[in-house]
Amino acid sequence: MSGASKDVAVAGVGMHPWGKWGKSFVTYGVHAARAALADADVPWTDVDLVVGGETVRNGYGGYVAGATFAQALGWNGARVATSYAACATGAQALDTARARILAGMCEVALVVGADTTPKGFLAPNAGERWDDPDWLRFRLLGMTNPAYFALYARRRMDLYGATQADFAQVKVKNARHGLHNPYARYRKEVSVDDVLASAVVSDPLHLLDICATSDGAAAVVLTSVDYARRHGIGSPVRVKAVSTVTPTFPHTVMDMPNLSTDSSAVTGVPERTFKESIGRAAYEEAGIGPEDVDVAEVYDLSTALELDWIEDLALCGRGEAEALLRAGDTTIGGRIPVNPSGGLACFGEAVPAQALAQVCELTWQLRGQAEGRQVEGARVGITANQGLFGHGSSVLLAV
Amino acid sequence: MTAPAIEGWFTTGADPALLGTRCTTCTTVFFPKADGFCRNPACSGETFEEVALSRRGVVWSYTDAQYQPPPPYVPATDPYEPFALAAVELPEGLVVLGQVAQGYGVADLRVGQEAELVVETLYTDETGDRTIWRWKPVVELGEETDQ
Repeated sequence: MSGASKDVAVAGVGMHPWGKWGKSFVTYGVHAARAALADADVPWTDVDLVVGGETVRNGYGGYVAGATFAQALGWNGARVATSYAACATGAQALDTARARILAGMCEVALVVGADTTPKGFLAPNAGERWDDPDWLRFRLLGMTNPAYFALYARRRMDLYGATQADFAQVKVKNARHGLHNPYARYRKEVSVDDVLASAVVSDPLHLLDICATSDGAAAVVLTSVDYARRHGIGSPVRVKAVSTVTPTFPHTVMDMPNLSTDSSAVTGVPERTFKESIGRAAYEEAGIGPEDVDVAEVYDLSTALELDWIEDLALCGRGEAEALLRAGDTTIGGRIPVNPSGGLACFGEAVPAQALAQVCELTWQLRGQAEGRQVEGARVGITANQGLFGHGSSVLLAV
Repeated sequence: MTAPAIEGWFTTGADPALLGTRCTTCTTVFFPKADGFCRNPACSGETFEEVALSRRGVVWSYTDAQYQPPPPYVPATDPYEPFALAAVELPEGLVVLGQVAQGYGVADLRVGQEAELVVETLYTDETGDRTIWRWKPVVELGEETDQ
């Protein structure tokens, strides 16, 4: 699967600042789309495919997005698609665009994800659904999203000797990274003491260990490498791989929104966990290894989860992420900076936009345009995220 | 009247147990119950038998809910009282979530320790107590008084 023929070009990226703005997702999406088109210097009339990331309502798909954005931008006859893959929605939308470009069925694709998010715990839609695990986990157990994050965090403490101060240090690092990011919602230094003094939501996680929910939008203009060349973009950031793999049975890690895991008694424990397989598929597709990665944007729904991802992406061995953190290796200027954008810690989650926001950030990083947060000399970047119902993604970008 | 909060997921009585299903073709066990088709990709089985799962397992991880979860969670008390949660790995090779038994919190738990299934009241509605399975830490004799 490797080789130049499998590359597509990131011609332009754009975002709407994250926050709570009280507007429609369409407003944010069009703002981001226009910013990406302007960044690419590509006219809207050249776009022949629009892929929208469907909005998310409590784990399930919400508004149809692709055609909504296409109409809002002014019908131009482009083909259209809409993706839903929970937190991986943006990457799945990107993959749809990439596949069509690589098949020669499209030259210029606009991929947009945007959403508004209610305040507080994400909770299921109203009504009784006794066959829906996402409803049952609240009804029978009172199991919120942060409670799942806390299970993973506690395992790091009991198995690898992580401390709550380590988790707090992830927040301190990301808060510092995001200070000068114009798209970040929270741009304020945070201390370890601030985190530890905030209320415990689900032990061992404090309020400041857990990401907020936000409004936001991100867009990517993806083109064939040939179109980019003709358009005067000589050495664009290239998408080297998009992994949207599903778990392999038995999925043995306790996963949102489930009440149980698969049983490994008959088939044995799989060689890799689901999250490990997400990154590995991206590396294999790109023919690039973890040792080549200069920068990573990972899904820090909680501070502790960032540490899990660093290991899942094989950027260090299992149980070693705290040592990297403590040595400053994951800080900008360190060996492998993680979440230079500030991550979800500074953004809060706007689900269908988030995987695309990761791609926007890495594009700026690889172009050397990440003002105030630049990872010097970055040539290869990887993203990772995971969401409900067996969805996850990893995008590998390189210049 | 006392009744389970959900029908057919666990037994009550002296030695309560979770009720899963076992594929009669490949013997893979599922909880909650699978029916219709086996989810083992190497198996095309379509028939299942009900099976009571082991009552003891080891703690995979644990946490608590210090804020009242949103509906459809039904608070048992007013004001809200936090409760602990545990994921427990059973000898059948699967991990099952549950609230932790009344009177136990995260300080009583650690990864790898043994836990046993009990049935307790989840909430009370107009028809009576609604019960649920919970995980109770297995404390060796003597340990309890130390704490």
